[in-house]
Amino acid sequence: MSAAEDIANEPGRGFDRGTANTVLHIDDVHKSFSGLHALSDVDLDVREGETHAIIGPNGAGKSTLLNVCVGRLKPDRGAVVFDGEVLTGKHPHEINQLGVARVFQTPEVFPELSVLENVMVPALSKRDGHFRLNPFKNFFGEKALRDEAENVLESVGLQAQLTDMASVMSRGDKRRLELAMGLIQHPRLLLLDEPTAGMARHDTNATIDLLKKIKEGGMTKVIIEHDMHVVFSLADRISVLAGGRIIAQGTPDEIKENPKVKEAYLGEEQV
Amino acid sequence: MDAIFLQFLNGLDKGGAYALIALGLTLVFGTLGVVNFAHGALFMLGAFCAVMLRKIFNISYERVSETEVDFLGKPLKEQIPYLKGIFGEDLGGFMLDYSVPLSIFLAVIVMGIVGFIMERGLIRHFYKRPHADQILVTFGLAIVVGELIRHYFGANPIPQAAPKAVSGSANIGYLVGLGPNVIYPWWRLVYFAFSVSIIFGVFAFLKFTTFGMVVRAGMQDRETVGLLGINIEQKFTIVFALAAIVAGVAGAMYTPILPPDYNMGMDFLVLSFVVVVVGGMGSLEGAVLAGFLLGILQSFASMQAVQNLLPGISQIIVYLVAVVVLLTLPRGLLGRKGVMED
Amino acid sequence: MDRKTNLKDWTLFLGFAAVVLCLPIILDPIGANYPDLLQKIAIFGIFAIGFNILFGLTGYLSFGHAAFIGVGSYMSLWSFKLLTMNVLPAIAFSVILAGMFAYLIGFVSLRRSGIYFSILTLAFAQMSYSLAYSVLTPITNGETGLQTRAIRTDPATSLLDGDIRIIDQALGIQEASVPTTHFFGMAMSGYTGFYFCAVLLIICFFIAQRLTNSNFGMMLKAIKSNQNRLNYTGIHTRPYLIAAFVISGMYAGLAGSLMAVTDPIAGAERMQWTASGEVVLMTILGGVGTLVGPVLGAGIIKYAEQKVSSWNEGILDSFFSFLPEGLQHFMSGLGALFVGEGWHTTLGLLFMIIVIFLPGGIMEGIRRIAAVFARKSKSNNTSAAAPQPAE
Repeated sequence: MSAAEDIANEPGRGFDRGTANTVLHIDDVHKSFSGLHALSDVDLDVREGETHAIIGPNGAGKSTLLNVCVGRLKPDRGAVVFDGEVLTGKHPHEINQLGVARVFQTPEVFPELSVLENVMVPALSKRDGHFRLNPFKNFFGEKALRDEAENVLESVGLQAQLTDMASVMSRGDKRRLELAMGLIQHPRLLLLDEPTAGMARHDTNATIDLLKKIKEGGMTKVIIEHDMHVVFSLADRISVLAGGRIIAQGTPDEIKENPKVKEAYLGEEQV
Repeated sequence: MDAIFLQFLNGLDKGGAYALIALGLTLVFGTLGVVNFAHGALFMLGAFCAVMLRKIFNISYERVSETEVDFLGKPLKEQIPYLKGIFGEDLGGFMLDYSVPLSIFLAVIVMGIVGFIMERGLIRHFYKRPHADQILVTFGLAIVVGELIRHYFGANPIPQAAPKAVSGSANIGYLVGLGPNVIYPWWRLVYFAFSVSIIFGVFAFLKFTTFGMVVRAGMQDRETVGLLGINIEQKFTIVFALAAIVAGVAGAMYTPILPPDYNMGMDFLVLSFVVVVVGGMGSLEGAVLAGFLLGILQSFASMQAVQNLLPGISQIIVYLVAVVVLLTLPRGLLGRKGVMED
Repeated sequence: MDRKTNLKDWTLFLGFAAVVLCLPIILDPIGANYPDLLQKIAIFGIFAIGFNILFGLTGYLSFGHAAFIGVGSYMSLWSFKLLTMNVLPAIAFSVILAGMFAYLIGFVSLRRSGIYFSILTLAFAQMSYSLAYSVLTPITNGETGLQTRAIRTDPATSLLDGDIRIIDQALGIQEASVPTTHFFGMAMSGYTGFYFCAVLLIICFFIAQRLTNSNFGMMLKAIKSNQNRLNYTGIHTRPYLIAAFVISGMYAGLAGSLMAVTDPIAGAERMQWTASGEVVLMTILGGVGTLVGPVLGAGIIKYAEQKVSSWNEGILDSFFSFLPEGLQHFMSGLGALFVGEGWHTTLGLLFMIIVIFLPGGIMEGIRRIAAVFARKSKSNNTSAAAPQPAE
């Protein structure tokens, strides 16, 4: 039994692991940095197959929440449950192997590898698990995986740059590469941290179309986004985070009408 | 009890040397962000300042002795240092006797210049390079400096005498109320006092001067150093030269304890790096604490009783401690978060 | 693309093998065609290839690889002393023991990265070095070094002074007064020794090439590029790093063993940290992360060591004899800093120059020059082609 499960089964804690169609369940998560409450009492359910947007003003704790989900940060209290498995206390690579992939806000690619290799690495991880000593299997001989990687790269519009080094790519292209690295793993849950920030309108629309297409494939997505155009074109449900707390949750229409949200967040944009 | 106390004392002077070297390493690493593998060579250069000064003082002319004769009855030729000719018998003799402490002045000047040239000519161009490159280039420099010293001074250790007034042993036992068997070389006590005062000097400098405040701010957060703007490059040069001077005087004063040779830099470097890592990369207090701690531990490990129990332990104790500390306290004893964490 | 890369790999491999096997002919014009030097080049080539698997692919800079050289050498010597003068078991045991030793050190050291890792490996190597001189003297024979001896007649003779060679005795092999290492009868000295090392070097190169191009090699490169990201991609980097560390440790063990094979004596100075520094230099001189670079670096360093350290002031004087006398003495005095015993000065300077001006090493230099020529020939082509429309 893992340490994480110990926490979960600790008598008296007994948080629920979510309802039947919940994929990701965030249970009463607290996180503070030297006295500053970044997250408090955060409860969130993400349902199977939905696109769940988390919005909120800068510094509301959105990125902290994602970091807690993927194991980069450990919450002071509470837990994150994915498909019945407690993620809290697990290593990032274990969380990824369970089917949670993250697309980073500032592109975190492998600069010294080619575009194709950048996508092949997560593909290999998906197929071979967190460690497989396969020292003589020729990387370039992985025909099936390579075809798949090329397809995914084509879908994000990078098919022309397969052999380029990631380090020489533009920032926008790196973001698309990030997205491809997440998509190739066919994760059950994809966490997207502002996937379109800094993109031109045209590229943003292309990304929205792409994400809509995946939605039809049944992948559950959590998306942090500033661009309301993106949020309202993609999200099935929206949670609003302000000052480390969830202040509203609901369908896009409900959120639009919610006075608290207007006050805390939309207000500042609509002035 | 006596033996334990003696070993404790033994550790102090060695610990003082470690602490002084580690202090400079940490200072350079904390502000400039450079891993300097040539820092041991600076310690060694300082030691050779003492050797050099004695050599200069001893430059002599020959004179036929008026009193002494050899076994055939011929008058003996004697070597008279020019020093005595210039300053007279008394002052000249005094200067010869005190050449090691006097070499501090030479070391300060020489090491200041060496530090200045080294920072401007080499280290500066490596601020933005990966740590591996910094390690490699300074490692190369350390080899070159060591070999040059060997070329001019030979490979054998060159013993240096402490001034006569402190060349004997102190009967420490009486002073602290232990038995009469506790005697200890004066010079080692001097070295300990010297290292402590240098350490206090450096800390005071960092604490009470504006310059020091900038340096400490820089060590807290490397990013802000750039924001402090004004003449930051010059400040880096001064920090580096200061570290070089500290290592240099530490080396010069250490010569009566350990006869210097061209290799001593390397030996001390490896140990000092261990000290820095144990103390916590980027923590000045940690460097000093770990320096003394490891010096004392090493000295205890070389006790006969300990040797019988765990043979060979004195050779490896420092490394063993480093391994244990690094594995249990990843940031060292007093290391701060965020320094050198990938 | 598959077939093209495959073809390129095989061309490189076959080219490398051909060059290594023809080394005596190639190096003859520069006066390096003698077995002792050739053996060293091959042995250090193996060492550097192995070191590069760790440093070149993952970026983890170990300062303790000399320890595995020592383990390999001592193990081989004991195999000669206790079992047989045949080198096969010696090599096998050395590689296995070095691998186990590397696993232990790697398991601990790889909990840290960056400079902490370098210091930890350095600490372990220094510990091994110190222990070899002190407590482990019954195994290492301390400063005297471990040597093969004649078979002892009196069981009271210490194993350090008299060998038993159980297998050889059981097989009834007669020994000459000075026992020599052999590979099923082939004496491991002179050119035979070189070709034995050369074949192993080629095998090692083949394995390293396969590793580099494999899935495993790709993961190692990804670790160097962005280890943090790799974790979020679902890869547990630690076992990959340990595997790389053990493999490079085994290469070092093999190199250490071959040192004992070609010259059956082992001393602790092989484990000193300057020896670890030397292999780092070979790797960066040739080109970190390239396959051929480290071997090239090893060859150059060993050749230069042999040559430069044999020069003396007399040679310099005649070299500078075209200068006026005062200048001649000055130049040869200056030169004396760098030759003979001053060889290490040259080594240190070389180290600095490479790191400062050519961090990619010689292979990078070759690539740059090739790029310049490629551009030139291209511009020649276009300028040649340009006037045509005008005609």
